[in-house]
Amino acid sequence: MENLIGIGVNSIFVGNILLSYFLGMCSFLAVSRNLKTAAGLGVAVIFVMALTTPANWLIYRFLLAPGALAWAGLPEINLSFLKLILFIAQIAAIVQVLEMVIDRYSPALYTGLGVYLPLITVNCAILGVSLFMVERSYTFAETLVYGAGSGTGWCLAIIAMAAIQKKLRYADVPAGLQGFGQSMIVTGLIAIGFMLFAGVSI
Amino acid sequence: MNTVVAKPWAAVKRTVAYKEVIKALWKANPISKQILGICSALAVTVQMQTAVAMGLALTTVVAFSSLIVSLLRASIPRNIRIIVQVAVIATLVIIADELLKAFLYDVSKQLSVFVGLIVTNCIVLGRTEAYAMNNPPGRAFLDGLANGLGYTSVLVGVAFLRELFGSGRVLGYPVIPEAFYQAGYVNNGLLVLAPGAFIMIGLFVWLEHTLLERK
Repeated sequence: MENLIGIGVNSIFVGNILLSYFLGMCSFLAVSRNLKTAAGLGVAVIFVMALTTPANWLIYRFLLAPGALAWAGLPEINLSFLKLILFIAQIAAIVQVLEMVIDRYSPALYTGLGVYLPLITVNCAILGVSLFMVERSYTFAETLVYGAGSGTGWCLAIIAMAAIQKKLRYADVPAGLQGFGQSMIVTGLIAIGFMLFAGVSI
Repeated sequence: MNTVVAKPWAAVKRTVAYKEVIKALWKANPISKQILGICSALAVTVQMQTAVAMGLALTTVVAFSSLIVSLLRASIPRNIRIIVQVAVIATLVIIADELLKAFLYDVSKQLSVFVGLIVTNCIVLGRTEAYAMNNPPGRAFLDGLANGLGYTSVLVGVAFLRELFGSGRVLGYPVIPEAFYQAGYVNNGLLVLAPGAFIMIGLFVWLEHTLLERK
């Protein structure tokens, strides 16, 4: 249990998928102009990550890992080189199904969340979390916590960024630094803030 | 014809290919101008060695996926083109990843998942979708190559600064003399950590924008 809490806190703060592994930067930079859309995308990312990471764990454990096909009587086969293609296909499929289900059962949620769902397929944080889950050989329970925690961390970071951008709108920034350069430096400062949690031990 | 013989460089400068290459390398650099493919740019720039390996892997993938997509472009149905492109890219990425594991095992361990993440790198899909789908194979290959090199140049530049000031080394060799350390010089540990990457690339882009505007 302690281990799970540790993984959760670590994936939200110190090992934040965006701020210390730099994943999901493209949509982070594109969507952090507006606080409301940022929060919408953030929630969608939590949702998708919490679903796709455990789903990819199952695929890896029962189809791809070395010896995973033992249940089918083929213990020598190692298909782990196929994980990239299957993971991205799985993510695209889940996002597509999710979009249709939300559209069918909750039109209100769809208008809020729906537009962000296609964007998420190409968000490298989603694929990155699945690949890290394999690299660190997490168990199923750890994967559940890690997926949800990473999504939460990404969501917190984009909301913080959007709030700061809003305040900076009236700041007098040097011409060459406006736009991309300024966003990068602000993100760096947010990252320093998140790193302070490294001192907290659980 | 005389002018061509007298000034071969001027003739080269007028060709479409030359303009495309310069555009990709400098005026519309994928990282600093179009803000594509930032994720990996930040993660692999702690050392120059990993930055060079990542840059070469990406350049190879983007050049060959542009070539293949351009060759196939007449037979790809419009509405499933993204899936076809992703399949081509993912295949090339797997090959690149396996090659790195076979010949540069240590570097491949340091790059960890980031080679795999070339699949979702927007530069690659951006070039195949925006350029290779509408242009002949030769030019698409050149365009991919130039964009890959544009990406590599920013990566290596940032990695050089981070490695030099963060750990006092260039390509793994210590370059800051011992006397400096005795005189009280300290490596800037912040640059090796994640926030240093953000701040360094921010400053790098600032410099580049300022230089471009002055022209």
